[in-house]
Amino acid sequence: MTPDHKLYLVIGGVVALLAIATLITETLRRRAKEPSAVIDNLVARVRAWWGMVAIFAAAFVLGKNATIVMFALASFYALREFVTLTPTRPADHRSLSLAFFLGIPIQYGLIAADWYGLFAIFLPVYGFLTLPAVSALAGDPEDFLARNAKIQWGLMICVYCISHVPALLTLQIPGYAGQNALLLFYLMLVVQISDVLQYVCGKLFGKHKLAPVVSPSKTVEGLIGGAAGAVAVGAGMAWITPFSPLQAAGMAFVIVVMGFLGGLALSAVKRSLGAKDWGDMIKGHGGMLDRMDSVVFAAPIFFHLTRYFFT
Amino acid sequence: MWLSTILTGAARALLGASARWQGSPPTLAQRLYFANHTSHADTIVLWSALPAPLRKRTRPVAAADYWGASAARRFIALKGLNAVLIKRGPRDPNVDPLAPLYEALDAGQSLILFPEGTRGHEALPGPFKSGLFHLAQRYPNVELIPVYLENLHRSLPKGEWLPVPLNCAARFGAPLARVGGEDKQAFLERARAAVVELSR
Repeated sequence: MTPDHKLYLVIGGVVALLAIATLITETLRRRAKEPSAVIDNLVARVRAWWGMVAIFAAAFVLGKNATIVMFALASFYALREFVTLTPTRPADHRSLSLAFFLGIPIQYGLIAADWYGLFAIFLPVYGFLTLPAVSALAGDPEDFLARNAKIQWGLMICVYCISHVPALLTLQIPGYAGQNALLLFYLMLVVQISDVLQYVCGKLFGKHKLAPVVSPSKTVEGLIGGAAGAVAVGAGMAWITPFSPLQAAGMAFVIVVMGFLGGLALSAVKRSLGAKDWGDMIKGHGGMLDRMDSVVFAAPIFFHLTRYFFT
Repeated sequence: MWLSTILTGAARALLGASARWQGSPPTLAQRLYFANHTSHADTIVLWSALPAPLRKRTRPVAAADYWGASAARRFIALKGLNAVLIKRGPRDPNVDPLAPLYEALDAGQSLILFPEGTRGHEALPGPFKSGLFHLAQRYPNVELIPVYLENLHRSLPKGEWLPVPLNCAARFGAPLARVGGEDKQAFLERARAAVVELSR
């Protein structure tokens, strides 16, 4: 099978999966005797998935640069949600503008230019030092450390971490040339399947709350069911990766654990900012960051494990 | 108009410009939207937040001394936003500065007005100028809709030229009730309070 064939096959597989999900949720809604918020939310989620998969598939088919642009936009909207909820002061204006209009294009431009060395340190070194300097020049010392810490954190989470997803396209893996898009697909599939299965298992069997204060919807049963399912799917999809089935299972396990921790940490951040959702961009899901929170933690680790052991 | 499409598209992409119809649904009734004013982007965000059929019949009111100052601004204001330009500043006793607004309202159009008359720095609006009162008196059947524009004072404040992209929503309140015999000050304070209430 050529890489292109594999790509079309996995996209077809996702479309089939979504079709089944649509059939189930729309039937549930029709059969429900009275309107139910849970079912309505389920229907909205599945409908939004169609949109997300369509955008994703289009970027994939269009190639590397389109995929980079798509994730740059995801970073843009994630950072917009983050900064919207974060209290800032007028003196932060210039550094925030810089973060959006220079930080994002440069970080993603470095992926397009295939310049790994600078990609890895641009935000943690140059961004880290430039932004507080710009803030200090604005001459407002009030809450200076807290303000800058929040801007730095937003940038690392929304831009640096998310940019590691399309950065997978630049890895040179022996015997895997021309197939990196599949690796990116693999990461997103495992993360999202894990999220979906955790949600479903939690709703069906969830009894013991895992972190009642930070993330009330997470349950032990949901986590175990979701993790087991996602690792099984990850192992089963080894044929699109450079990994053996056992390695793929291990990678999927790491992705699931990181995704879970990411969801937990970002939920804590969200709550510390006094919000329930990051935004309302994606109907049924919340904001961009509500959908990307697991990806944020999983992407850099998956990227570096793959880079270290397989290139 | 292609320019309107670009402006509303850019407002949505950069600033969200989503609408929250908290107190009244979007309807085609003739309306006077009045909002807090902190940013040059206020007009575009509020206008973009309206559904297209409402936007077609709604015209922002803009200051001639700013939006008419150069050919480019004039073009954006008149062609892109379909704005009504009015004069601020020293009064000519023979000319009613609100005359262009009467013309638009008589033609059945809705208006977007910033009754503070100028941009402020704060999240909450300052005192309202009397124009809103005179319009409300003269057009008793036009719905007065308070609007709170959130986050624009952070996104593109006075004195900055590059925006920080934030989700800037327009919250639409219930039509302001008409109280018979109410004096100007009381009316303007009540109108301002209606906008402040939406900010909560």
